[in-house]
Amino acid sequence: MLSIKNLHASIEDKEILKGINLEVKAGEVHAIMGPNGAGKSTLSSIIAGNENYEVTQGEINLEGEDISELAPEERAHKGVFLSFQYPVEIPGVSVTNFMKTSINETRKANGQEEMPANEMLKLIREKSELLEIDRKFLSRSLNEGFSGGEKKRNEIFQMAMLNPKLAILDETDSGLDIDALRIVANGVNKLKSKDNAVIVITHYQRLLEYIVPDFVHVLYDGKIVKSGGKELALELEEKGYDWIKQEQEA
Amino acid sequence: MSKYTEDDLKIELENKEYEYGFYTDIESETFPIGLNEDIVRAISLKKEEPQWMTDWRIEAFRAWKEMTEPNWANVAYDKPDFQAISYYSAPKKVDPNKTLDDVDPELLAMYKKLGISLDEQKKMNNIAMDIVVDSVSVATTFKKTLAEKGIIFCPISEAIKEHPELVQKYLGTVVPQKDNFYAALNSAVFSDGSFCYIPKGVRCPMELSTYFRINQAGTGQFERTLVIADEGSYVSYLEGCTAPSRDENQLHAAVVELIALDDAEIKYSTVQNWYPGNKEGKGGVFNFVTKRGLCEKNAKISWTQVETGSAVTWKYPSCVLKGDNSIGEFYSIAVTNNFQQADTGTKMVHLGKNTKSTIISKGISAGKSQNSYRGLVQISARADNARNFSQCDSLLMGNNCGAHTFPYIESKNTSAKIEHEATTSKIGEDQVFYCNQRGIPTEKAIALIVNGFSKEVLNKLPMEFAVEAQKLLEISLEGSVG
Repeated sequence: MLSIKNLHASIEDKEILKGINLEVKAGEVHAIMGPNGAGKSTLSSIIAGNENYEVTQGEINLEGEDISELAPEERAHKGVFLSFQYPVEIPGVSVTNFMKTSINETRKANGQEEMPANEMLKLIREKSELLEIDRKFLSRSLNEGFSGGEKKRNEIFQMAMLNPKLAILDETDSGLDIDALRIVANGVNKLKSKDNAVIVITHYQRLLEYIVPDFVHVLYDGKIVKSGGKELALELEEKGYDWIKQEQEA
Repeated sequence: MSKYTEDDLKIELENKEYEYGFYTDIESETFPIGLNEDIVRAISLKKEEPQWMTDWRIEAFRAWKEMTEPNWANVAYDKPDFQAISYYSAPKKVDPNKTLDDVDPELLAMYKKLGISLDEQKKMNNIAMDIVVDSVSVATTFKKTLAEKGIIFCPISEAIKEHPELVQKYLGTVVPQKDNFYAALNSAVFSDGSFCYIPKGVRCPMELSTYFRINQAGTGQFERTLVIADEGSYVSYLEGCTAPSRDENQLHAAVVELIALDDAEIKYSTVQNWYPGNKEGKGGVFNFVTKRGLCEKNAKISWTQVETGSAVTWKYPSCVLKGDNSIGEFYSIAVTNNFQQADTGTKMVHLGKNTKSTIISKGISAGKSQNSYRGLVQISARADNARNFSQCDSLLMGNNCGAHTFPYIESKNTSAKIEHEATTSKIGEDQVFYCNQRGIPTEKAIALIVNGFSKEVLNKLPMEFAVEAQKLLEISLEGSVG
């Protein structure tokens, strides 16, 4: 599904990613953990195509195709989804209108007709139930005045609507209380299939109790310094990131 | 690399051609340039006006001669040479007695280009339309349907002849001849415009609409619109404007007067898309317009405007809330791009008790444009319990444009409640990236964000107009992220 090879990236001449290698296969869940400033959010932004970062070296392949030169919307059309750590507000644009535009632009790019209104409605109903979202919420302006938890739940709702091949969840657990966390995790689990893949970026092990990863990677100073199974997350929780730091600096 | 940068966007935006910039070659009858009493008399004579109308014009002209152009607005431009303009231009083949079928085919072709084919208009059955090209009203549709309800909707030149009692009673009562420099000029030389009268208790069954177009070079357009809603009546009125692209500046100085008698309601919507000039700021229409409405007891006037065109706009649709419990509303979207300058807003003059006014202004600036909101809320000593709410929001695109807000408040009554809110924001790269990530290309993302920003005002427009207005916003603003 996703294959990242020797990825180097910088912002304003400061190198943030220093040679990332990552292989994610369909049906897998990968967790990327690491201390603040390790480059976790940078990595997710770069996969999504944020042009504020400059890729200086390396490749990002999605299903065998190098996507590193594609515009962010083109990557989205190919099935890349990023659940933002800080979703932005768009005043006056309702969640429904935004989703409708998003889905139809994606369909248009893929040579499909616009989604018929009744189908759209059905999809909205189904997915809002999955995320336990009150449908009144969907006529509110996108993220405007949403609580932290509502914003994150709305991100996962969008993921459910778009049904991406590759979903990257950037700190989706931050700002969620335990009930919301369960709902969001449950949503993600239900969306998981053998045909798609999920990358969970998180600081804490908490979310991984609900979304169980097949692989855990530790990102430190722009590199993946450790990879393992789900038990690595527990070990990290126990020993703290200082353990990694000491190991690296030793 | 398929990276679509802000610079690419800017270039594309600047190169966007003005969509309505064509010129139709219709034989016109145009007066020699210049302005003096003889020209004023000639206009009046040409239009076969009664003596009182000629005198009224002459009075206005004499007042205008003594006046100077205002310069308090936040706009900079070379003052037009009023002696270098022709004050009357009429498509030659138009005869006021002709029916639609006789209208010059070239004119009809022009309407088609404008997307307002009269045939279609006829079929749509809910908009009655008066079209003013250069200075003359060309055709008024639906006259018969309206007449059955006693509604008069016709060119003002016709109203002067056929309904002199109404015109004489109301013309200049809201915007007097000497109100301001441009209003005085208009009063002297106006050649046509629309007139509308809704009888007592009648709810106008369709939207009334006027389409203005300047076609002839070197002419000014001075329309005069007079709308009278008699007691307890209702009317929704639409106005659209375009002009061909020309290197020289063209002058447009209109006057619109609305009169809402007791319990009447007038909704007046404008989509103004005069040629804004090219990307270097050459050419474009100078739009100096005086619009004002008078509300009697329990009456309501609502102005809604979408202003995307003109090189320079100077326009303040206002309400005089004379009657007790009357309501004035102003909803505005003003878009400026490249070198456009807009100084627009409203005046709400509260004279009666329990009068209410609402002002929602959305300014969108891109390129090197300057966009100013200027508003006055005036509460007179006897206007007990007057209320005003004003909200002025500005959206900036790029780093070379400006947004300015000049709210004036004058209250002489301590029971008044006046609220003013203002915000300024920029379309953020993060907003655009968020949309991109959801598969929405940048152009579409900006349209979405701008429409969201303008929604409160767009929602006030009648359906057919809202769609056109949204498209206009997209055309005027595609690109320009900062």
